[in-house]
This record gives sequence, C-alpha cells and structure tokens, in this order.
Amino acid sequence: MSLYHLRLALQALRNSPVLTALMVLALAVGIGASMTMLTVLHVLSGDPLPGRSAHLYYPQIDPRPLGSGGNANPEPPGLLTYIDAENLLHQGKAARAAVMYQGGDVVQPPSGSALHPFVVNSRLTGRDFFSMFEVPFRYGAPWSAADDAGAAHVAVISQKLDRKLFGGADSVGRMLDYGGHSFRIVGVLAHWRPVPRFYDLNASRFGQVEDVFIPFNTARALNLGIEGSTNCYGRPGKDLDTSPCGYIQMWVQLDSRRAAAAYKRFLADYSAQQHAAGRFQRPPNVRLDDLMQWLAYRHVVPDDVRMQAWLALGFLLVCVVNTVGLLLAKFLRRSGEIGVRRALGASRRAIFAQLLIEAGMIGAAGAVLGLLLTMLGLYLVRRQPSGYAHLAHLQPSMLLATLALALLASLVAGLLPAWRASRIAPALQIKSA
Amino acid sequence: MTTLRPILSALRRHKIAALLIVLEIALAFAIVSNALYIVVGRLQRIDLPSGIDEPGLVLLQLATAGAGRGTVASAQADLAALRAIPGVESATAINSLPLSHSQWGLIYALHPMRTFSGGVQAPVYFGGPDLLKTLGVRMLQGMSFPPSAYRDLTPQNAFKIFVAARQALITQAYAKRLWPHANAVGKIMYMGETPVQVIGVVSNIIKPYISANAHDPGNYYAVFSPFRAAPDLNAWYALRCRPAVCPRVLKAAAGKLQAMHPTETLNAQESFMHMRQRYFRNDRAMAWLLAGTVLALLAVTAVGIVGLASFWVQQRTRQIGVRRALGARRVDILRYFQTENFLLATAGIALGCAAAIGINVWLMAHYAVPRLPILYLPIGAVALWTLGQFAVLGPALRAARVPPTVAMRAA
Repeated sequence: MSLYHLRLALQALRNSPVLTALMVLALAVGIGASMTMLTVLHVLSGDPLPGRSAHLYYPQIDPRPLGSGGNANPEPPGLLTYIDAENLLHQGKAARAAVMYQGGDVVQPPSGSALHPFVVNSRLTGRDFFSMFEVPFRYGAPWSAADDAGAAHVAVISQKLDRKLFGGADSVGRMLDYGGHSFRIVGVLAHWRPVPRFYDLNASRFGQVEDVFIPFNTARALNLGIEGSTNCYGRPGKDLDTSPCGYIQMWVQLDSRRAAAAYKRFLADYSAQQHAAGRFQRPPNVRLDDLMQWLAYRHVVPDDVRMQAWLALGFLLVCVVNTVGLLLAKFLRRSGEIGVRRALGASRRAIFAQLLIEAGMIGAAGAVLGLLLTMLGLYLVRRQPSGYAHLAHLQPSMLLATLALALLASLVAGLLPAWRASRIAPALQIKSA
Repeated sequence: MTTLRPILSALRRHKIAALLIVLEIALAFAIVSNALYIVVGRLQRIDLPSGIDEPGLVLLQLATAGAGRGTVASAQADLAALRAIPGVESATAINSLPLSHSQWGLIYALHPMRTFSGGVQAPVYFGGPDLLKTLGVRMLQGMSFPPSAYRDLTPQNAFKIFVAARQALITQAYAKRLWPHANAVGKIMYMGETPVQVIGVVSNIIKPYISANAHDPGNYYAVFSPFRAAPDLNAWYALRCRPAVCPRVLKAAAGKLQAMHPTETLNAQESFMHMRQRYFRNDRAMAWLLAGTVLALLAVTAVGIVGLASFWVQQRTRQIGVRRALGARRVDILRYFQTENFLLATAGIALGCAAAIGINVWLMAHYAVPRLPILYLPIGAVALWTLGQFAVLGPALRAARVPPTVAMRAA
C-alpha cells in the first residue's frame, strides 16, 4: 500500500515539475540558511572542556570603593588585583587553583637561525593551569611547584612555537629568549584548542592559545607586561601590584557542590574580613560561576550570531508558510483526481497519507539540497572576517539535525493542505469533471 | 468600489489560501523592515567620520623586548629619522589610535571625587607636540600645550603620572557633555581629586572602540594629555604624507625602523584607511548577510504569491470565461487579480506592522538594537506592495487571456 502511495506521489510530483522544483528550492533555502546559522551558534556555544567544566569555577570579589552609584555596575569586577589574587590563592581551599594574565613580547630566535625576531602572546600562570584544564603535552611536563614558588626562569611553549623555533624537535632543556629574558623550556604542548578560549574572555575569545607559558611569580618578578585589560578603581600606588587595579584572572577546581558552596562562603568571608580591615569599602559582593555559567554570563556567543540565528529561523518560518500555500494549491488543483479516488473507495485517511507522503518527498529533496546549501553557507561563513569564522564546520550531529528539520518542516507544512484535500467530497468532483 | 465586492466574496470562499498569503506577507514585512533597519545602522557605523585626516596617515608599531629598549629618547631618534624620509610631512608617537580597539581611558568629573566611579569616561590620547598636526585634529578654542608642558611617560612612572596631568585638551563632544551651555576653555574638571584645567577644545576624534549606536555622541569623547610616548608603552608611530606617496613612505619607514632596531620587530605597519576597514569588517559582513537574506526572503515570498495566484487563475478559468462572455474586458480581469493581490498585501502589511514593532521591541530588550524609526514601515510597505504587484502580473495576464468561449466549452 505505501509503495503504491509512493508511486502516486512521484507521479504527482512529475506532473508539475516547475511547482515542485520551486517548493523544493524554497524549502532548501530556508533549511540551508537556518542550519548554517544554527551550526555556527552550536559551535560557539559548545563546552570547551566536556566532563571537566562542571568542576571549574571563576571566583569574583568586589574591591571597588563606594562610588556615587548611578551608572556603576552592581556586579563584581571580572579581574582581580594582585593582592587579592595572592590572598585567594593562598587562603582558599580548592583542589587546584591558578591565577593568570596575558602578556605579549618579542621572541629572539636562537643564534644562527634565519628567523627575524617576532612577537608572541604568553600566558603567565601557575602550574595548576595545565592539570586543571587537562592540557596535553607533546614533550616534557609542566614546571614544578618549586618553580612556581621560586619564580624560576622556566617556560612551556606551544607546538606551533616549537615547530617555528626548533623544527618540531623535543626542545625540553633548550633556552627561550622572550621579552629580553632567558627561560629554560620544560615542556612543549601538543595541539590544544579549546573553543571558546574560556580561561580569558578579555582577549581573543575564539583565538588560539598562547605560544609561551611562564610561571606567574616569575612574570611578576620580571614585571613582564600585560597584554590585556587593566582596570583601576582608585588612586594608583607606586606600582601595579600595590595599586587598586584588576588585571588577573583566577580559576579554581572544586570537585563537589559542597566544595563549591564552601568556596563561595570563603569568598564572602574574605570580603567581610577585608571590609573590616578597611581595605574593601563595599559589603561582600561575590560571584562563583562554573565554566558554562561563566561563558553565558560573559555573553561569549556574539550577539550578531544570535541575531543571525533568529533571522534564519524567521526565514525558515516564511519558507514553511510558503510551502503550505504552494502545497495547498497543488493538492486542490488535483481535486478531480482525488474525487475519483475517493469515489473508487479510497478512505480519507488513505488520501491524507498519500498527500503527506508527497509532502515528505518534497521535504526529503529539500533536505538534500538544503544540506548542500548549508555546506555552501558554512563555506561562506568561513570566509568572513570574524574571529570565529574558521570554526564553522558541519558536524555529524548537525547533519542529522538538518535532515530531521527539513523532514519535519515539510510534514508540518503538508498537514493542513493534506487535511483540506482529504475533505474533498467525491460526488461533487465527479459531477464537475 | 463596485469591483471590491466580488473580490471579497471570492476570497471568503478561499479563506485558507488567502490567510496563508496574508501571513507570508506579514512575516516577510516584519522581518524585512527590521533587517533593513539593522543594515542601515551598520552602514551608518561604517561611514562614521573618524575626525582625523584619513587618506594621508600611515602607522607603524615597533615591538620592543626588555628593559631600556624603545624609550622616549630612542623614539625621538626614530621620529627624527622618519621625518627625514622624503614625502613625510609630519611624524609623531601616539599611545593609541582611533578604531584600534586598544585604549587608555580615564574618568573626569565636574567635582572632586574620592573614587573613580562618578564622572564621564573618555579615552586619553597623547604622544608629543606634533600629535594634533599629524592626525589632522584642529584647535577650535583656546590653545594647545606649550612645549614645556610635555613630560615623558615611561613604564616606571606611568602609574604615578598618567593620572596626574594638570592640563588637558578635550574634544568638542566631550566639552559639550561636561559643560553643555558654557565655554569649556579655562574650566576645571577632576580626575579623582586632581584638578585638571581645560586649556583648549579640539575638533572631534573618534574613540579606539565605539558603541553599537552610530549616533552616540560618546563615540567622540576624548581627552589629550601632555605626555611624550614611546614603544615601551606600546605607542605607535604615525606619519602624515601625501596620499599618493604614502605606500612608498610606509615601506621606507618600515625598512628604516627595522634597520635601526635589528633585535626588535614591527608589530604592525599599515595605513589608517586599512585599520579602519579592519575595524568595521564585521559590520560590513553582517550588512551583506542581512541584505542577502532580505533578498532571498522577498524572492521566496514572490514565489508563494505566484504559486497561489496561478492556482486561483486556473481554478476560476470558467468564471473568468463567463465574465468575459458577459462583457468584461481583458483589462477588467487584469485589474481584478491586481486589486485582489493589493488587498491581500495590505492586510499582510497591517498585520506585519504589529509584528515588526513586536520584533523590534524584543530585539531592543535583548540586543543593542535601537527603536525602529516609523519611516521603515512605509518603506517596507511600498516594497511588499510592489513585490506583490510584480508577482501577480504573470498569472493575472494569463487570466486576462482566457477567451470568452471557455465559458461555453466547459459547460
């Protein structure tokens, strides 16, 4: 029976090739536009560290002086001052913790190299950065706790920098000249590309990880420059680290909800204690977001991408309404044929099923063409200038979603016209024909 | 008016199809008017004047490594060498550039503040005595800093003295924000508790990064401070040249700097026009994308109208024949379908107006989209009326060609 329906549907589609082609095309364009934008949205709102993200938290406290209120943001600042970062790092009870900031400076190629000096970005942080975020190593290992404490001149470099400077060889033990200082290389990262680059959302959010990693204490002792935001809330002191200026990010690993709650209490207690000591003017105002909450709070997915996704869905809606209209026209045009089938004993349900199958076939064709258009759309997105452009690739899950969406859209579009056509009275049609 | 009644009664017999066309036009109208408004907003941002003389400005940034490199003294030597390049009219160091994303900002208030939280934020530009001339920013009132006012800003003293400047030049927009009804020259504003005297007002210059709203006057708030800047604080070198020779000047300047600093590297070398292009490339891409979507949407809507209109023409072939046999002219049949489409489009536009305003209110609540100017509704309406008339023309002409004999044959 369903094979018979299939044959009938094919026959009907072949009878009006132009209308069928227009319907398939309109549906495919709608599917292509929506799936392109939804894929971009999906890629950008992904979890950069699946399985671990629920245990990673970003603590925030509020050291700002009491302002005149008004335009001041009630949320605590996103960056810690040096004094607070040190205090939280040493007083807080977390399974792992790392403070960090981004630097940028010139690398001098080893003597004898044909390279010119070049600029790289660096992450100045603690050894827990690597274990907390499960950063893969190609050679060597993170520096030791003693290196952190003793502000040793050691560095971890990216695979890319290792290739550039040492041709990809195991460079552990060799020296790196960064920012006019010499560092002993202790590790080389394997490929690591968290999307988004969650740990520092002030810098390039969808960019690559830094090429050089140096212990935070070493960086502060050498006063390595900041390649990021510095926000001062009051009169600066004699240098950055004694001033009320936030420039440090901090991440902590808390393995249970109870540990997270305890850490949040600790942040409030610390703020109260600083308040009592006169360092903080505001009552405790803290936040402790886990990784995914932090990404949402910081609006990591660009507004433009969200708007584009909504626009594309609106476009798909227009395409579906359009398909409903065209299917209705197509089905009612065949009133005579349907009347004959009804008179010959076909039930309403059979007519309904046949027409829905016809709609589904249009959906299937629309899905295939829509998939091609999605691929074209993603190709066009990749040629866009935005920072996330290169990430726009079709994923298997989105491929299935495309097919499902197209089929669903066409069936939804077919429901009303098929129902309307299945109500056609047999007698009247035969009379008029 | 007599032609309307048969049209309405015919539409009543095709409620579902008529409703679908109305719905499609309403949706298209609502989306198109909002999308067009966003496109225009982006284009306005792209066209914002920077306030500097753009075509003849080229920029270089030297990345330096280690203490004692790229100091003010070394920058003075660099600038002297750059001025010697044929075609260079003036040269300066500058701490940050309009539309470069990277800024030094301070907050100034009309009254002394113990904290930095009140007041109006503005980016601070500084670099040396040739700064205004090189950028092409004009003095409007008062005077510029005397040469003796300039101090060297270094990584060692930056924290102390950056916030301690006692004199400033401010842009016209900033002056108007702080003193809407008075001449700003000679007035005192406060950086925290430090009094700063405004000694001059200069023409507007755009911020290193600007707000989403092209009409925000805050885009032109800026303060100039009397400091000399150098590469050790990530300063740029800006050179003014005749636009025709600028590419050559840029190349010569890059070569000269690299030769003078073999252990340093040039982080950037580009024209200001190029930097501007880069700043607005996302806006440009978004504008193209939206414009493309609007066109596709209109095309799909047209296809829908053509499809349903053709269906109606086919279904009513006999009635058309009867009307023709009873004396209706071809033009009457054509008018009939055109009027019908106009009525449907009007209903769709009316419904779409409500939807357009609803979408705009939602966009305003969730994204940085300003209120939709009422002007966009008539523009969208005209667009969809025109689209409808063009789409229906084909089927209507076919209907008009139906011969009167059809009425007899079919019966």
